[in-house]
Amino acid sequence: MSAAAPARAWVFGDNIDTDVLAPGHLMKLAPDDLARHCLEAVNPDFAPNVRPGDVLIAGRNFGLGSSREQAAVSLKRLGLKAVIARSFARIFFRNAINLGLPAFAYDADLPIADGDPIALDVPAGRLDIVNTGGVVALPALAPALTDILDAGGLMPLLERRLKAERSAT
Amino acid sequence: MTANAEVTRGATRETGRGRTLAEKIIARAAGRPHATPGDIVTVAVDLAMAHDSSGPRRWRPHLEALGVGLWDPDKVVIVSDHYVPAVDAASAAILKDVRDFVRAYGVTRFFDMRGISHAVMPEHGLLRPGMLCAGGDSHSPHGGAFGCFIAGFGATDMTAIAVTGETWLTVPATRRVAWNGRFQDGVSAKDVMLFLAREIGAENHNLVIEYAGDTVAAMSMEERMTLCNMAAELGADTGIVEPDATTLAHIRAHGGAVDDAALDAWRSDADAAYHSAFAFDAAALAPQIAAPHFPGNSSSVADMNRVRIDQAYIGACVGAKYEDLAMAARVLEGRTVRDGVRLLIAPATTKVTEQAAKSGVLATLTQAGGILLPSGCGACAGMGHGLLAAGDVCISTTNRNFQGRMGHKDAFVYLGSPYSVASAAVAGEIVDPRAYLS
Repeated sequence: MSAAAPARAWVFGDNIDTDVLAPGHLMKLAPDDLARHCLEAVNPDFAPNVRPGDVLIAGRNFGLGSSREQAAVSLKRLGLKAVIARSFARIFFRNAINLGLPAFAYDADLPIADGDPIALDVPAGRLDIVNTGGVVALPALAPALTDILDAGGLMPLLERRLKAERSAT
Repeated sequence: MTANAEVTRGATRETGRGRTLAEKIIARAAGRPHATPGDIVTVAVDLAMAHDSSGPRRWRPHLEALGVGLWDPDKVVIVSDHYVPAVDAASAAILKDVRDFVRAYGVTRFFDMRGISHAVMPEHGLLRPGMLCAGGDSHSPHGGAFGCFIAGFGATDMTAIAVTGETWLTVPATRRVAWNGRFQDGVSAKDVMLFLAREIGAENHNLVIEYAGDTVAAMSMEERMTLCNMAAELGADTGIVEPDATTLAHIRAHGGAVDDAALDAWRSDADAAYHSAFAFDAAALAPQIAAPHFPGNSSSVADMNRVRIDQAYIGACVGAKYEDLAMAARVLEGRTVRDGVRLLIAPATTKVTEQAAKSGVLATLTQAGGILLPSGCGACAGMGHGLLAAGDVCISTTNRNFQGRMGHKDAFVYLGSPYSVASAAVAGEIVDPRAYLS
């Protein structure tokens, strides 16, 4: 058994773009208010019902489009534990890691339907599918990226590095 | 059978041992003899650009918390182009904060409401072959037209770059996309990109698209910018064109200093190991239109004929450069916008407006019924004037037509070249622009 607590899987298709994650005309809103509109164009039930610890599972090219970090910020504010997609758009992937939101690229169909209970152990990269008892080994991130995630994001890592440089001089 | 089956193509895996232009630039910036695709390297950034949406307002809290300034204020370019001009107190406050930041942190290159960042930087000769640049915006690849490596980054990455002057990259492999032959009249670089968004897709991940061939060699810098800009829509790290005499002439004409030696230093080796290579026939390309809500959802204009439109929008970094306005003017000369259709024109920069005023292009556009809007990201970023209501149908020279991007989620946005957008404005529906050229 995985040590991780069961959570709900929110399943989306291919090419989920940054405009449905964080609509441009709402970008002046405070982050928590913007997050309430996250993905409403494709699933209006998502933002009102997602719970901290839930996991978003998507198809190909997740997060394509704008560099707007609010796309990843919104998912983080809603409490998503991680995003698992068949592939990620470059900037979204960097943004997610930089904010401490784990993003796993798993390029195969997962036998998981929207609403299914799953359990994700992020450090172990282990995904348990509760209904079937299936276990999926997610590919490990490069060490350079794990360092950022482990620090809680790029800014905490930078702060640590600057402090180390200062105390060395 | 696709509408473009007549266009020949073939992908081959090259087996050379030489280096591509992008690999050479990354190797130089990483201080290594070579940069091998797949490796994660730390690179020194030669120039960092950020705008009012993702820049200072995101950077400042971190800089203050860390107690640090910019790594090199002379290598940071700030452009206010998203919330311009202010339409309410919130956007006015964002723009004011940018001005305060620029003063407080000693930024020397600041462009306040002068146009869209990607179009402004070349107007000041800031991009040169061999540079490695970071842009806080996804359409930063625009500048790859100058033979530099310039990619888009989010706000946290850009904050770290602003502080340290460096970032990490996974070295991308290079996909060569060659176009040869002459376009039919009424076909342009925008059609190339809508075609490629369908044919080579939106998942060119971990790749640089190097545009080549005699069609590209014959292109103006502005048309090359269109190619590189929309490498973003292909999902690539960036787009790039090897520099040539056209490149150097443009840089020098805009106040940049560049040595002729750049032409030899910054090109792909003859035996470069490309990830893959495509070749297409420019003469066989018909005008392309992308249907909602995806740039790759495109086809030849014949398949889109007769879609009725409410709005035609000529704007954005990719679609409102001077030559884009001139293309629209060729269609609109002596014609008027159809009753019930609104044609909105937001020149990419204030210099573009100036140039179009001098040449007479601007008068042609406004006499036809075009409505002039301020320079900036505008409706393309869902922030400015010209947003859409539920049910509205728009054809636009912009680069992406994601659901809800230009306003209501139930609006419909088609993408086309300036020729196609201007022709639709006249006809009131999507038509083949080749029948509308004067």
